[in-house]
Amino acid sequence: MERNIFSFILKYSYRQQIVLVLLAVINMPFTMLGYQLVEKIVNEGIQGFRKVPEQVTQDDGSIIEKSVKMMIEFPEAVFGIGPEFDQVIFLFVLVGLFLANILLLQGIKYALNVYRGVTAERMLRRLRYALFQRVLRFPKPTFKKTSQGEVISMITGEVEPLGGFVGECFSLPVMQGGIMLMSLGYMLIADWKLALAAVALYPIQFYIIPKLQKRVNLLGKERVKRVRKLSEKIGETVTGINEIHAHDGSNLELATFSERLNGIYYIRLQIYIWKFIIKFVNNFIQQLGPVMFYSIGGYLVIKGDLDLGTLFAAISAHKEIGAPWKELLGYYQRQADARIKYEQVVEQFAPAGLFDEERLMSEPETPVTFEGNVNASGIILTDDQNNSVLDSVSFTLALDQKVALVGAGGSGRDELSEVLARLIEPDRGTVTFGGHDLSALPESVTGRRISYVDNAPFVFNKTLGENLFYGLKHRPLKDAEYEGDRKKERDSYVSEAKASGNLDFDLGADWVDYDAAGVPDTAGLRQAGIEALKIVGLDEDVYQFGLRGRINPETRADIADGVLKARKALDERLTDPSLAVLIERLDPNSYNTNASLAENLLFGTPVGDTFDLDRLAEHPYIQEVLEKVGMTSQMVSMGYQAAATMVELFSDLPPDHELFQQFSFVSADDLPELQGLLAQYTKDQLDTLKPHEQLRLMSLPFKLIPARHRLGIIDDEVMPRLLEARKAFAGNLPDNLQGAVAFFDPDEYNAAANIQDNILFGKIAYGQAQAQERVGALMREVMSELGIIETVSEVGLEFEVGIGGSRLTGAQRQKLALARAVVKRPDVLILTEATASLDTSSQARILDGLLGAFEGRSIIWGVHRPAMAERFDHILVMKGGRIVESGSFAELNKEGTALSEMIAAEAA
Amino acid sequence: MSLNEEVELLRQIPMFQKVEQSKLKLLAFTSERLSFPAGQVVCEQGEPGDSMYVIVQGDADVIVNLPNGPLTVAALHKNSFFGEIAILCDIPRTATIKAKTELVTLRITKDLFYRLVSEFPQMTIEIMREIAFRLDRTTQDLQQARNDLNKLQGADS
Repeated sequence: MERNIFSFILKYSYRQQIVLVLLAVINMPFTMLGYQLVEKIVNEGIQGFRKVPEQVTQDDGSIIEKSVKMMIEFPEAVFGIGPEFDQVIFLFVLVGLFLANILLLQGIKYALNVYRGVTAERMLRRLRYALFQRVLRFPKPTFKKTSQGEVISMITGEVEPLGGFVGECFSLPVMQGGIMLMSLGYMLIADWKLALAAVALYPIQFYIIPKLQKRVNLLGKERVKRVRKLSEKIGETVTGINEIHAHDGSNLELATFSERLNGIYYIRLQIYIWKFIIKFVNNFIQQLGPVMFYSIGGYLVIKGDLDLGTLFAAISAHKEIGAPWKELLGYYQRQADARIKYEQVVEQFAPAGLFDEERLMSEPETPVTFEGNVNASGIILTDDQNNSVLDSVSFTLALDQKVALVGAGGSGRDELSEVLARLIEPDRGTVTFGGHDLSALPESVTGRRISYVDNAPFVFNKTLGENLFYGLKHRPLKDAEYEGDRKKERDSYVSEAKASGNLDFDLGADWVDYDAAGVPDTAGLRQAGIEALKIVGLDEDVYQFGLRGRINPETRADIADGVLKARKALDERLTDPSLAVLIERLDPNSYNTNASLAENLLFGTPVGDTFDLDRLAEHPYIQEVLEKVGMTSQMVSMGYQAAATMVELFSDLPPDHELFQQFSFVSADDLPELQGLLAQYTKDQLDTLKPHEQLRLMSLPFKLIPARHRLGIIDDEVMPRLLEARKAFAGNLPDNLQGAVAFFDPDEYNAAANIQDNILFGKIAYGQAQAQERVGALMREVMSELGIIETVSEVGLEFEVGIGGSRLTGAQRQKLALARAVVKRPDVLILTEATASLDTSSQARILDGLLGAFEGRSIIWGVHRPAMAERFDHILVMKGGRIVESGSFAELNKEGTALSEMIAAEAA
Repeated sequence: MSLNEEVELLRQIPMFQKVEQSKLKLLAFTSERLSFPAGQVVCEQGEPGDSMYVIVQGDADVIVNLPNGPLTVAALHKNSFFGEIAILCDIPRTATIKAKTELVTLRITKDLFYRLVSEFPQMTIEIMREIAFRLDRTTQDLQQARNDLNKLQGADS
């Protein structure tokens, strides 16, 4: 990367810079013309005279040239061209020209600014892209020294102002310098004494400012460093939030942060102070100009050596000079700033051992597969403190073998795995797979033929399926078809990407390498994905995600259709009385005793926040409906009964008692209030309740589930009236509430509810032993008869796993990473304690599954328990960075070997 | 069945006879009524347990897994309880309970159980009485088994 910002700018935007400079140059004559017009308007247009040079003989006999005023005899032609005008028209024509000039000048400026913006943004995009690409090319040890926070801060914040500077880098000095020279030139012509007087102090500025600026630059450098450290601290806090809370470290973190902020505060304050000192000096010197004009110029006017129009023009020109001069000084400051920032950033992105760009981008001409042997010879690796990690490791093994790497932590086992996966490069020695030297291969070979999973795999913030198929997306393989406006959009995307030196690969294209997964199409891929999930034992979890997943029935009509079929099929199964007791289905014409009153009233799934099932009583429309069917007072009285029961049951329990939280539908905090209400009013005085008290009581029965609470409050008399309310609710739903509820319809898919609820279309009954499990099994049965189990798992693949997979358990993340490594069908699977965090039965299942699935291919597994090695064809035992034993389990499992010692130590 | 009816039902169970009305109501409200179809296993020997059961209706078999297969060792009827050992001693279930007819039980969680026994000594006595009775029966069975074994060994030698 270019070490200097100017060479970076010239290399990638010299054409744009030329255009910008040209625009700036074109700008100049028109600026000049503007000054001339001003003078002409004042002198000729308004005052009606013209200055003519005249030879004047002075008292001492010398002849000097002097301009004298000569009255114009109107009508007169403007600039001596075209028709002649009276003085007033003449003035207006001049002003008209002045206006046209302003328009033209501003037009050029606008064009210049827009083009500057485009250039700046493209260069910024290019710079950020280049930096990010470099992050991908960092050798692994670099990440030990560079924190995530620093990298983010550099690529996002620090380079931001550089874009602006790129736009003005050459054009601004040319334009402002040009304007200044023009103005100066004009003044020199008009009156060289005045001109010199106006700029007399500029050299002083020219000398002092850079000296002052140097201080600011140094401070700026320091500020950048400190802000990076601040970012690092923030990143560390986010990552280590558990440890901070677990050890009450918040104060220490806050104090550390405060200390860093303090440092930045003083640096920034210093910068401010120095910047304003510079500004002060600048402004002061600038203001000395008018002092000169009014004194010397005024004197000359009084003496008659200078006419007022020229003085005005000179003052106006001085003002014009002042503006570009200020701009130039500002530019000087910005370029100093940009130069430092650029150098500081680029320095960080050029670590030793940066990968070749080719390694990331190039594709092999012919597909490479690893067959034959894996060979390591003389691998030597030292860490950043020069400790030996791997010491002359050499071996040759057939690639259809399953190899166990056995060794304690620090034995070099993990590092050897990483070297074999080419995640770290050895200091010396070579690794070959099937005769291909690993160090010479591009990632398009190593990353496709080798899978690597360690014990803390990373999961991306995408859907589960996208994570699963991550290892199959290397580049767009089938272009997306675009038409009309979409095509234009795509074309401009490509040309913009190219203009900024960015990759123009289409994210909308199909990137999936179906051949690599050994499947013909998307459907096959999903199958293969689910197979891989089965191998690692994640299939059941994904099925559960699917049951809890929602789909859009319009775009996924096939799934919705299958679900509705399952719902119907369940009907038949529920004719069996032993199963019928498990589910109470939703029926528009009957009250569901396993659902709350709120659910019964709404008879649908709320969409958005309009209707909150927990606070339904507060909604005005609900109140309106209850009023309409004449239930308001009945609801209040039901609430009174419920409150009475709750108070009776729970009032002498301590408020933090578990039973409270588990069973009461009134919180412990609300109990005293209800107690108060019960004491204040008798059952017959309910119509004298205040509105808020009425609401308080009325909200209670909404939570009642007859089958669960068994309070006898919702009886045969209440139910039919509530059904009436249900009808009234749906029937009169005002337009603005339409769509706030997805109503239950036995024949329709409910998009707001999840798949399980759509199939069940009812509530699991209370009081039936193991109802949850039995209903689950029943659903599974029904779905497998209809052949839609896999469909549900496919919906499960759309589960969003959250940042870093935070919505998955640790075990699920580990299994997902293993499945991801399997589904791309590598020739070599390298694992480092990849099942260590799982329970024993999962470990055994995955070991079996992987050994079976990789029949004829290679697995190199750094096992966490030496005893696991028994299942492998060949074992390498490592100690102190060396291979101390190598052979089959039968050969090594003898008295006195390191392996048998380790197994014994583990068993003890 | 409403809460009040349930309270009446509980009152008929000897163990709960002395418990006051409001506490019985709390018990009925917070404990789960669970129905099991005939043949369904209520709890499995060897599994951890977190609750005890009172039979409200129906019969159940107590089955112990022996090396040569499961053996039904006792029967449980209405008003009897089971599952208390697992929650008293924090050990896995000592036997499998299987519904013989359609079985309706009241499931009392560990927390609720401890609360009840600490508040109602009468209930504790009832439970102790039952456990003592079972111990007595088990001791008799053991005696019988020993005698049988001795006889067999005597016949051998």
